[in-house]
Amino acid sequence: MRAGRFIVLGLCMLLLSSVRSFAGAQDDSSPLDMQEYIFGHIGDAYEWHITTINGKHVSIPLPCIIIDGGLHVFSSEKLAHGAAFDGYRIAPKGDAHEGKIVRASDGSRPFDISITKNVCGLLIDSVLLVALILLCARWYRRHDYLKEAPRGIAGLLEPVIVMIENEVIKEAVGPEYKKFSPYLLTAFFFILINNLMGILPVFPGGANITGNIAVTMAMALFTFLAVNLFGNKHYWKDILWPDVPIFLKAIPIMPAIEIIGMFTKPFSLMIRLFANIMAGHIMLLSTIAIVFLTVKLGPAINGSLSFMAVLIGIFLDVLELLVAFLQAYVFTMLSSVFIGLAHQHPETETN
Amino acid sequence: MSLITPDFGLLFWMVLIFGAVFFVLAKFGFPVITKAVRQRSDHIEESLRMAEKARASLDEAARQREQMLEETRSEQDKMLREASRTREAILEQAREKAQAEAADIIRSARAEIAVEKESAMRELRSEVSALSVAVAEKVVREKLESTPEQQALLKRYAEEAQQAKLN
Repeated sequence: MRAGRFIVLGLCMLLLSSVRSFAGAQDDSSPLDMQEYIFGHIGDAYEWHITTINGKHVSIPLPCIIIDGGLHVFSSEKLAHGAAFDGYRIAPKGDAHEGKIVRASDGSRPFDISITKNVCGLLIDSVLLVALILLCARWYRRHDYLKEAPRGIAGLLEPVIVMIENEVIKEAVGPEYKKFSPYLLTAFFFILINNLMGILPVFPGGANITGNIAVTMAMALFTFLAVNLFGNKHYWKDILWPDVPIFLKAIPIMPAIEIIGMFTKPFSLMIRLFANIMAGHIMLLSTIAIVFLTVKLGPAINGSLSFMAVLIGIFLDVLELLVAFLQAYVFTMLSSVFIGLAHQHPETETN
Repeated sequence: MSLITPDFGLLFWMVLIFGAVFFVLAKFGFPVITKAVRQRSDHIEESLRMAEKARASLDEAARQREQMLEETRSEQDKMLREASRTREAILEQAREKAQAEAADIIRSARAEIAVEKESAMRELRSEVSALSVAVAEKVVREKLESTPEQQALLKRYAEEAQQAKLN
């Protein structure tokens, strides 16, 4: 209790002192552009911006890969500050392709598979995930798991894997769950690690990966494939010739609705994950923006609001930890349910 | 806004990366773990069942031992009872035999005593007769020495005795 009070007090002092110095430096610069600040953080980029010190950007350049009548590979440094390179430049603000690489000549988009910030983040997180899971698997290979309790990474991951497999996958998918368990577990851990790394504010983390619609779209696509490629006869019969009065099938109203349903299910998965993670990032960024936005209002208001912003920020960070797990869980659970629905047998149906 | 329009490049990489991650993890990662966990839970179940069985057989063994003990005790009781019965019978028999023997001994002793008595009586009688003969002889000698006929009779008697002895 007393220690906690000291921490809060110390935090307060630190904030006040830093804000004062910050306010002095900020006086003659332009006001904070919220739009750019927030979308710059949650959007994708060709370089990995880490921080700005005294107006100098500190960022990691990433390779740009463009297939446009041949392979063009160059560093994103070459395109910094709107410069054109090799006939390409980054579209300026207000352009239809704002922030993307366009042809310098006519402003059209080439075929662009650059290693962007999100791709780089994906690679880092994937390597981390593969390493973690393979290390865990190695423990089982190297140890007599019938006699030893799991330790280390295996001890950390096993309860989660068992929980997801037994409570979610087995329950929702049904008797054929073993076939889908690797995909669903991969999806769960993939989303979880990307969510968690997104909460980290500095380099290996901080990329808004699962809050990007392309990423969630790919995830939803995989679930769509897992559902529809392995659906049984009963599933297809339910879509194309459901048990409803004949006039609903003669003019194919119900089949049409069912076919739309086939796509809305993964679509909802895509939007849910994207919106939740992006909203979390925006909330956190907005809360932190209070510190910078209130600089002009004087040290007293700025200091107290900053203090509040930090408290709320801590709360939101903890909340995001929960959301990170929850969204991975929800995605896995709904994917399992959709797969389970495609594997129902008429005799096991309850209705 | 680019926020809700999926970027093709990212989609491409995402599919590639997720595909690779899925391939590696589905081949070398999760099946190993889930198989191990499943095996272990089966093993635990099996062990629990075995333990239950072992306990049951232990109970059964204890019950059997108890039963055997009970049987042995009753057997022992029976044997003890039989032994005591046998002992009594032997004792009884021995007693009877001893009594019979004693009776025999007494009887034979009695017969011997009777025989001894008879012989003693006979001896006594012969002794008495010899004594009385001797006494009578002395008396008779004194009377016989006085007359010659008696002397001759005596001489004849002595000769007859001598002749009997020679024969």
